[in-house]
Amino acid sequence: MEAAPLLQVNNIEVVYNDVILVLRGLSLTVPQGKIVALLGANGAGKSTTLKAISGLLRTEEGEVTRGEIRFGGERIDGIDPHLIVRRGIFQVMEGRRIIADMTCLENLRLGAFTRSDGEVKSDIERVYGYFPRLRERTGLAGYLSGGEQQMLAIGRALMARPKLILMDEPSMGLSPLLVKEVFGIIRRLNEELGITILLVEQNARMALSVASYAYVMEQGKVVLDGTAEALANNEDVKEFYLGGHGAERKSFKNLKSYKRRKRWL
Amino acid sequence: MDWTLLLQLTLNGLIVGALYGVVAMSFVLIYKASQVVNFAQGEFLLVGAWVCWWMLTEWQLPFWAGFLLTLAFMTLFGMILQVVVLRPLIGEPVISVIMATIGLGIFFQALMKWIFGVFAKPFPPIFSTERVNLLGLEVQTVYLMSLGISVLIMAGFAWFFTASKHGLAMRATAFDQQVAQSLGISVPKVFAMSWAISAVVSAVAGVVVGVVNGVSSALSFYGIKVFPAVILGGLDSVIGAVLGGLIVGVLENWAQYLDAEWLNWGNMVTIAPFYALIIILLIKPYGLFGTKNIERV
Repeated sequence: MEAAPLLQVNNIEVVYNDVILVLRGLSLTVPQGKIVALLGANGAGKSTTLKAISGLLRTEEGEVTRGEIRFGGERIDGIDPHLIVRRGIFQVMEGRRIIADMTCLENLRLGAFTRSDGEVKSDIERVYGYFPRLRERTGLAGYLSGGEQQMLAIGRALMARPKLILMDEPSMGLSPLLVKEVFGIIRRLNEELGITILLVEQNARMALSVASYAYVMEQGKVVLDGTAEALANNEDVKEFYLGGHGAERKSFKNLKSYKRRKRWL
Repeated sequence: MDWTLLLQLTLNGLIVGALYGVVAMSFVLIYKASQVVNFAQGEFLLVGAWVCWWMLTEWQLPFWAGFLLTLAFMTLFGMILQVVVLRPLIGEPVISVIMATIGLGIFFQALMKWIFGVFAKPFPPIFSTERVNLLGLEVQTVYLMSLGISVLIMAGFAWFFTASKHGLAMRATAFDQQVAQSLGISVPKVFAMSWAISAVVSAVAGVVVGVVNGVSSALSFYGIKVFPAVILGGLDSVIGAVLGGLIVGVLENWAQYLDAEWLNWGNMVTIAPFYALIIILLIKPYGLFGTKNIERV
């Protein structure tokens, strides 16, 4: 029997404002040292899943009402988000969410808030090693470009020395070239630092290229999962998430069959 | 014109203004961190000064010991106030929170009168020399101490907010509470800490004023003086609060000069800062240093 996975989400249900059921029996597993991607259309519940794990759900009137989340074997659902960070899970939220009225350096130092060892300085250097252009930016972080802000957000996560990073759409609003750069760095973080990553992405092609395993979500459930390769070659995934891949364009005549072919629904 | 008097008044203004600045900073601290407009700020001075006075006169403690004990007491005071009174109000309408702080102000005002009486009571003298000569100007030693302490507190704030991780955490909480939590910051702790620091700093100002003028309920008047200072500087700017305080202090004294020399209207001291406030807000609605949102285009 292999070792228990780092993160295990078992059959959870998430309700917002006591009424709105967003996740209905979602399960997923993130093994130690791997990159796992979570794909799906808008509103499928991907971000909610990440927030359920990081505990930030509770800041938005959301609640895990059923199921359990285990991190390193211990239950973490229902724990305050700041304590979950201390256990080693760090969420890089959608839209970067850096502190605009602080400098780059202050943002990075804030990432190390939960730590009290004396190695913050060397860790900042390490972040600069991954993102050299951050070193030159001395002004307020709010004036950084979108790509730089994303790098800062990832760098800030590194400063906490997490075991698991939850990344919510790191490609959002970035140019294709920058997306490539950011994903290259995500892969390096995983390979060089051994950080486990759970990645939520709209850019399925990119996500599948770095991930080893992936889940596809629809309406609050996992409808398909498999290794990244298997999913990349899956006809449905190709059709719905990777776009007309080399094949001839769908004509509008066939549009009706579109719905029918999502055979997992 | 009497230049020496004007200079003397300006200096007095700066000294008093620095104190206003200190109180304004502690007001801004609470506002920034926990979005509470604290109408009981002046009562923090009052409580701090009375507690210190009590320790010095009743317990006969030496000044430094009484002072440190007061600070310890105020730390607890601020924290308990936040946890007991204001934490349950999180998420309630702004007006409810404001009413609660006004209530707190009235409560402590009355409590202090009840315990310590309505008459001003002097601190035991702390310095042996009453006044010193500074560049030809007569300055009371306590005023110098007051200025020194104000500058020290301001430097402390500057250090706290740029170099210490808890200061950074406080700024992060002010910016976005959800982000702060995602960084591992406990928002309730930050709130309690901001109230504790604010109470301590206000108490220091209270003790200083008490040493200069004696302790009486007039101390809570500083809480009102803070408003022109804070709004002048921009509600959420610490530097603005300091500058606003200095401006208000100097303006007061100049107005007094103007009044005594020519106008003879009386009472300009109290009103002048508010006139200036109105004019500045007409020109700069966010105050001198209010936050303008950074927006990338």
